[in-house]
Amino acid sequence: MREFLAALRKEALLQWRTRAQLAAIFMFGASALLLFSFAIGPDSAALRQHSAGFLWLGLLLASTLTLAESFQNEMDERALEALLLLPVRPTALFYAKAVSNWAELTLLGVGLVPIMVVLYDAGTDRVGGLVGVILLGSAGLSAPGTLYAAMTSQARARQTLLPLLLFPLVVPVLLASVRASSLLITGDPMGQVRSWVVLLACFNAIHWSVCGLLFGRVVED
Amino acid sequence: MNRPSEIPSGATRPAAFAFGALGLVLLCVGSYWGLVVAPAETYMGDVQRIMYVHVPTAWNAMLALTFAFGCALAFLFQGGWKWDCRLEAAMEVGVVLSMLLCAQGALWAKPTWGVWWDWDPRLTTTAVLVFAFGGILALRTFVDDPVRRGTWSAVAAIVAYIDVPIVYFSVKWWNSLHQQPSTPATVSSAFHLPLRINAFGILFLMIAFITLRSSLAALRLRGELAPPLPEPAVTTALAGTRG
Repeated sequence: MREFLAALRKEALLQWRTRAQLAAIFMFGASALLLFSFAIGPDSAALRQHSAGFLWLGLLLASTLTLAESFQNEMDERALEALLLLPVRPTALFYAKAVSNWAELTLLGVGLVPIMVVLYDAGTDRVGGLVGVILLGSAGLSAPGTLYAAMTSQARARQTLLPLLLFPLVVPVLLASVRASSLLITGDPMGQVRSWVVLLACFNAIHWSVCGLLFGRVVED
Repeated sequence: MNRPSEIPSGATRPAAFAFGALGLVLLCVGSYWGLVVAPAETYMGDVQRIMYVHVPTAWNAMLALTFAFGCALAFLFQGGWKWDCRLEAAMEVGVVLSMLLCAQGALWAKPTWGVWWDWDPRLTTTAVLVFAFGGILALRTFVDDPVRRGTWSAVAAIVAYIDVPIVYFSVKWWNSLHQQPSTPATVSSAFHLPLRINAFGILFLMIAFITLRSSLAALRLRGELAPPLPEPAVTTALAGTRG
């Protein structure tokens, strides 16, 4: 636990020092939301109906930038090799990095909600529920995303490889997050949000444990 | 663990060709039986005859990717380059079979459902499998170090395979149109024989392709792990010393 907290402190410090980068990625997500609306046209009912899908697509595209950047810092000056020489288990490094990415993606997602509300007239009374879905969905993107970012940051064509590996894997996260967010925005008379939240929780439980177990293999070889 | 001497040789080729020939013969017999001898289905008519290749392709695609998952586990936790070679071969054959499955599904869907594609759980899961394992094959081409290539693709294959049931159930909750799975238990007994013959035909062909592709991967690995040849200048200097 002490190893994890020390690694998490290092990640938090790194995030704080590169906060300008987060602002740039937020602008990227916001501009993606603006561009998606041009695909539908000025039909306010259709825009509101598709708003949750646009929010999650914007967050997914932005996540590839944050995830790739999180390991780029470790590759510069071969910092990862130095980290692995310390008496810290790779699992602690993985969970610290994944939690840090999770926090960053959640911030990004929550920050994009007002943009979505303004552009698509997609307000909701259940703000707490929407933040909860963003928390769970971001967790689903960050665990496999951190594992794959660790691999692709050391390979050629890393900008292409990370989305190529990550996007098919997170189809359930995208589906469940979009459906749950959409139901929270447009109304949930049948009480279906719960089942999508359970799916997200199951995905997170499986991938957070499996990716944590396999991370050591990825960085130690 | 993972010494160059442990890389399998290409000695399995005669067996692979035998399996391939047997598979081809069975596939021809099964297809003839399905197209000519077996009766047409009551509602779909002759269109249903695509089932005799579609369903065996589906079974064998899942089998190939399950074998790839087994190879990934064996490579990570037991070691041995043969598992890496088999993983590469099984993933390639699995992706090709899954692509064929999507194409056959589209051909069957158009006359029966009225559309080429539908966001049905099995169809969507197969498409996701193509992209997930295709991405891992792409990863392999971009990593030059054989140890990293083997480990990373094994890790990615395990994560992708574990994801399959979650993808299936998420899409099932979202949308479903596909009919019940076609197995000998759910179709008329008149359709059993061609279905089984083709299933074994594709299975034997799959074994042949995996064996041959695995030998090819082993040959490449031998080249990569062999000690480097001396520089031409060193060879010339050595020749001069001897002379």
